[in-house]
Amino acid sequence: MTDQTTQPPGTTKEPEGTIARFFRETELDTRLLGMLGALAIIWIGFHVYGQLVNGFGAFLTPRNLWNLSVQTASIGIMATGMVLVIITRHIDLSVGSMLGFCAIVMGVVQVNILPQFLGLGHPMIWIIAVIIGILCGSFIGAFHGALIAYGKIPAFIVTLGGLLVWRGAAFLVARGETISPVDPTFRLMGGGPYGAIGATGSWIVGILGCVAVLGLILMGRRKRTTFHIAQRPVWAETFLAIVGCGAVIGAVLLVNAYPWPRGIVRRYAEAEGITIPEGGLFISHGFAIPVLILVAVAIFMTILMSRTRFGRYVYAIGGNPEAAELAGINTRWMTVKIFALMGALTGLSAVVASARLGSATNALGTLDELYVIAAAVIGGTSLAGGVGTIYGAILGALVMQSLQTGMVLIGFDAAIQQVVVGSVLVLAVYLDILYRRKSK
Amino acid sequence: MTDTSQTPLVQLKDISISFGGIRAVDHVSLDLYPGEVVGLLGHNGAGKSTLIKILSGAYQKDGGEIWIEGQPAEINSPRDARDYNIETIYQTLALADNLDAASNLFLGRELTTAAGFVDDAKMESETAKIMARLNPNFRKLKEPVSALSGGQRQSVAIAKAVYFKAKILIMDEPTAALGVHETQMVADLIQELKKQGLGIFLISHDTREMLELCDRVSVMKNGKMIGTERVEDVTEDDILSMIIMGKKPDQAA
Repeated sequence: MTDQTTQPPGTTKEPEGTIARFFRETELDTRLLGMLGALAIIWIGFHVYGQLVNGFGAFLTPRNLWNLSVQTASIGIMATGMVLVIITRHIDLSVGSMLGFCAIVMGVVQVNILPQFLGLGHPMIWIIAVIIGILCGSFIGAFHGALIAYGKIPAFIVTLGGLLVWRGAAFLVARGETISPVDPTFRLMGGGPYGAIGATGSWIVGILGCVAVLGLILMGRRKRTTFHIAQRPVWAETFLAIVGCGAVIGAVLLVNAYPWPRGIVRRYAEAEGITIPEGGLFISHGFAIPVLILVAVAIFMTILMSRTRFGRYVYAIGGNPEAAELAGINTRWMTVKIFALMGALTGLSAVVASARLGSATNALGTLDELYVIAAAVIGGTSLAGGVGTIYGAILGALVMQSLQTGMVLIGFDAAIQQVVVGSVLVLAVYLDILYRRKSK
Repeated sequence: MTDTSQTPLVQLKDISISFGGIRAVDHVSLDLYPGEVVGLLGHNGAGKSTLIKILSGAYQKDGGEIWIEGQPAEINSPRDARDYNIETIYQTLALADNLDAASNLFLGRELTTAAGFVDDAKMESETAKIMARLNPNFRKLKEPVSALSGGQRQSVAIAKAVYFKAKILIMDEPTAALGVHETQMVADLIQELKKQGLGIFLISHDTREMLELCDRVSVMKNGKMIGTERVEDVTEDDILSMIIMGKKPDQAA
């Protein structure tokens, strides 16, 4: 029971470099920085490639980055749930098909059923549709979870079955028809000029974000004082505050720099009776609603994983299922809850995806399961269980989406895209293994 | 010295359990008194760990009764056992390697804030306090327990029992993975806990160590209880013959 790592006398501690000290004092996650670095390389790489080869760098433009944020939303929402599934040593291959099924159910509800009772365009339609979509996902997820936990069927098999079952079921619900148009309010959750909150709204969100960053830092300091834990130096806290607020404000400036397209401005001006001044009217998009949904999900899931017993138990089960069981955790019921949560997030993701498309088709979400799993894994979730973070998964989704968008922008065809995305997945996991081996 | 006129802390009465037709524990009875250390000896597969896992709630018995402090007790899960202040330190240590010491110590019994969130800072400071008492060299509070040495991991497991004020402590091979010095610390700790009136079940293969640490030793073979002897009444050879031949010393002669 002694600490065997104490240094033998006579050896002096290696002098700590400035960089090492910087990371220790700020307590920054070097993995996170690595991912941000990779993202920066991807972004700049595509932009420069576009400039050199096509004569126009289209990647680092407000328009592209705004679209990128919207495209990331659907996969990102599901990836946060996949983190829990993978941490507990399971897998969910059915999310893409579940998404299609939930989307079709919501489509039928809001287009074919509810208008009969409430009348077309009733304000309750979108709310009921969203609730039904999320419930639908939760029930399917809970059902999968129960088969895995109580039926003792491997998650791989249950969800592989689910992959086929729910895609087929989605077809059966509407006999393969595409259901459109979805409710106009529902559509806002998919983004687009109207599905964004505009310049003022974005500034409000940005200021709230900055307040939250500062609040978290101050609360952290107070907590450390209460329990006599060593404080971070003030310069490190200041640095974190500046970087955090800077990132938030940068995002606001970015989304506000992307104006509505001219055609939509004209229509809007006509409808509102505004005369367009010379040189055009600059109306900012601001944050897209699906992106705000993703941010809300990310905050909720991060709190769930780091501040609640539920999250603690998810990690414990992943680390040592036997120990979790012996500590009195009902691991089977936890599995049901984790899969139900994954299902609920898939339902929410179905809202975003079908709203963005403006319709519900039974092919919606095809292959999404692979992107979601890839996003979680690129984001550092270990398939061996026990390790993974929510922010990592979202960054992973952003990396995946950046690669795809970038390759479309510079004109790579679909076959090359697949080769690249697949290779990157393998490479990312390999780098992660190397990183972990080194940090051990 | 054990005062057998007291109410026993634990009475295992006629306990049986089978796995697929094999009687792992076959009508075994055993008592434990406050302030007493009872050692369980036997070959691998003799049924020691299985018997003890019934008491700790990991297995459900097929027959027999468990009495705690003179009352019949229903123990169907680790949670039930905990409600009777039974703490177990498992051979495999039962720690979640990816979590830090505080998370492991409080696993399943997290301290929470008024808002219902886990209170990591409070748990960390409580862990620091108890570790300062048990193992003053313990400093790696923030690291996953996979980064700890065998002895440090063991102190996390023991801290669990001490912190939650166990009355009955089960230690399954507590010194198997430890060095000489660490083993001595466990031995000292057992004496201290004994003085505080805990009852301890100890499982080990090391007969000599058992004779030093225990007040009574029980020997099991093939799921059956061979006998329970007070350590001052037997020699190491007597115990060995019980383990190997399955006979009590007086019968063996």
